[in-house]
Amino acid sequence: MSKKPVFDWQDPLLFREELSEDERMVQEAAYQYATEKLMPRVTEAFRNEHTDPAIFREMGELGLLGVTMDGYGCTNMGYVCYGLIAREIERVDSGYRSMMSVQSSLVMYPIHAYGTDEQKEKYLPGLASGELIGCFGLTEPNHGSDPGSMACRAKRSGSDYILNGSKTWITNSPIADVFIVWAKDDEGIIRGFILEKDMPGLSAPKIEGKFSLRTSVTGEIVMQDVKVPQANLLPGGSGLGGPFGCLNRARFGIAWGTMGAAEFCWQAARQYVLDRKQFDRPLAANQLIQKKLADMQTEITLGLHSCLRLGRLFDAGKLAPEAISLMKRNNCGKALDIARQARDMHGGNGITDEYHVIRHVLNLESVNTYEGTHDIHALILGRAQTGIQAFTA
Amino acid sequence: MKILVAVKRVVDYNVRVRPMADETGVEISNAKMSMNPFDEIAVEEAIRLKEAGIADEVVLVSLGVSQCQETLRTGLAMGADRALHVETDVELQPLAVAGLLKAIVDRENPALVVLGKQAIDDDANQTGQMLAALLGWGQGTFACAVKIESGAAVVTREIDGGTRTVSLKLPAVITTDLRLNEPRYVKLPDIMKAKKKSIEKLAPEDFDLDITPRLQTLKVSEPPKRKAGIIVDDVNELLDKLRNEAKVI
Repeated sequence: MSKKPVFDWQDPLLFREELSEDERMVQEAAYQYATEKLMPRVTEAFRNEHTDPAIFREMGELGLLGVTMDGYGCTNMGYVCYGLIAREIERVDSGYRSMMSVQSSLVMYPIHAYGTDEQKEKYLPGLASGELIGCFGLTEPNHGSDPGSMACRAKRSGSDYILNGSKTWITNSPIADVFIVWAKDDEGIIRGFILEKDMPGLSAPKIEGKFSLRTSVTGEIVMQDVKVPQANLLPGGSGLGGPFGCLNRARFGIAWGTMGAAEFCWQAARQYVLDRKQFDRPLAANQLIQKKLADMQTEITLGLHSCLRLGRLFDAGKLAPEAISLMKRNNCGKALDIARQARDMHGGNGITDEYHVIRHVLNLESVNTYEGTHDIHALILGRAQTGIQAFTA
Repeated sequence: MKILVAVKRVVDYNVRVRPMADETGVEISNAKMSMNPFDEIAVEEAIRLKEAGIADEVVLVSLGVSQCQETLRTGLAMGADRALHVETDVELQPLAVAGLLKAIVDRENPALVVLGKQAIDDDANQTGQMLAALLGWGQGTFACAVKIESGAAVVTREIDGGTRTVSLKLPAVITTDLRLNEPRYVKLPDIMKAKKKSIEKLAPEDFDLDITPRLQTLKVSEPPKRKAGIIVDDVNELLDKLRNEAKVI
C-alpha cells in the first residue's frame, strides 16, 4: 500500500467510494450489459436508423426498467440506481437511454403514480419485462415548450372519452403498445389517458430524416375520434403537474445519462490524442489539447458528483423540481460541449461513425433540446430566484 | 450434491496497473476491483449444475480483506446459495489459500470444489492443484467442459495442441478455463435477493494453520522498454550482426 494518495484521473474525487455496495453492483450490471450487448450493435443501428425492440426485453429481463417503483415486477432500488443505469446506457448511446427513460419515467411512472390498481395490474408487469413498449405524448406540432396551451381534446361521450388531436416528437411511438396521452377535457383541464395501439382512429407514423438519436425511433401520435373508455383515464394526475411529475423523473435520468456520453467522448479523445502523432509527437503533448482534456475532466467530475447529490435528495424525498432543471440544463450543455470538443480533437477521423464521437454530438443536440430546452430551464431557474416569470410577456 | 466455489477479489481486468514508485508492489489503491474472471466462470458452472438438478447447494468462499464481501455478494446475485468469508489482511500465497480451502472443505464436505485455473493478479495457477494434493482428491484442471455422471466428473481439459478428457471419482477439484462457459449478467432483482443470503464470517485463527507468506517479493517493475529495430542492408550484414552483436550463431 502506498503512503501518498494517488490521483485517479478517471475518477478524481473517488465517486465510486460514495456508492453503496448495491449501487456499485447495479452500475456494474448495467455496464456489463451496455458494453457487451449494446455497444457491438450501435454503429450499424445508428447508420441504418434501426430500432431493435428486443432491447426492451433484454433490459426488462435484467430488471433495468422501472427501477424506482415497487411491486408489479419492478425492483424499487431508488433514484441513484436509476441514474447509474442511465449513465451506463448513455455511455453507449443517448437513443438507447431515451428508450429506457421513456419506458420507465414517462410510461411506467404515471401509471404507477396516477393509475388505478386495475391499470397497474394490467400494464406494469408487461412494461417492466419489456414485453410491452410504451410512449408518452405531450408535445404537439404547435406546442413545445408551452404544453399548457395544447390543442388535443378529450370530449366526454357517455362513459367514454373521444380523443382528437396530434402529438409529435414521440420517442417509441411507431413501435409502442401503450400510449400515455395528455389532452384537455371539456372543462379545459389536462388529463392523462392510457391508449392501446389497436384502438380505432389511433396511428403513430414515424418521423423520417432524423440526424440524431437514430437508434431510437421517433414518431407522431395522430388521434381521430379515438374512443377511450373511462377505465383508461389516469385518475391521479390532472393539470400540468401530471406530465411534469413524469418529466422531472426523466430529466433526472438525462442529467446522469449525459455524463455517461460525455465520459465516453472524453476518454475516447484522450486515447486518440495519446495515439495520434503529428510533428513527431503525440497530439496530447500540446498545451491546447491538455487544457481541453482538463476542462472535460473537471466538468464531468463536478457534474457526476452533483448528480449523486441530486439522487440522494430524490431518494430522501427532498428534491425540488428546480434542482432537476439546474442539473438537466448544466449537464446537457456541458456534455454537448465536451462531445463537440472531442470530435474536434479527433480531427478528420472524428466525423466517421467508427470513432463514435460524432454520433454522441448528434445525439446530444436532441438531448439538450428535449424535455425542456437549455433556455427554458434557465427561465425556470430565473423565476425561482427572482420571483418573476419570463415565459410570457 | 454440494459444490464449493472459491472466488478471489482482484483488480478489474480493464484497469491498467502500474508498479508503485518504490517497486514494492502494484499500485491498486482506488483501483476498481472485481471477481477474478476465471472464478466467475467457476460460479457460473456451479450454478448451471444446480439448475440442471445435479447440485443442490452452491457455497462460495473468499479469503482476504473485508471488501471480499462485495465479491461474494456478486456471486450470490448470480445465484449461489450462501457464502463464507475468511477475513484477513495478511497477504495470502497459494499454499496458504489451498490450506485454508482444505480446512473449509473439511467443514463443508462438498462433493466438488470448482475454482478458476488462476487469478489474473498473480497468475500463479497453483491453488487448485495444491488443494487437490492436500485433500488427496482427483483434479481436472483447465476445464472447458464438465459433465457429472454416475458419481464421476468427466472433465475435458485444454492442453497444448488440443483437449484431453478425464474421468474423476468424486469428490474432486476442478479448475476452470476461459471457454468453459459465458457467465450470466447479474439481474437487479437478484442483487436484492442476494442481500438476504448469508455471508458467514470466519478468521484464519479459526483454523490451526500457518498462513505466513513463504515467498518474499523483492521487486516489481515495468517490463523493459523494447528498443526500436533496424533494417539491415543485406544477408551478410544480418549474419555479421547475429554472429558478433547478438552472439546467437
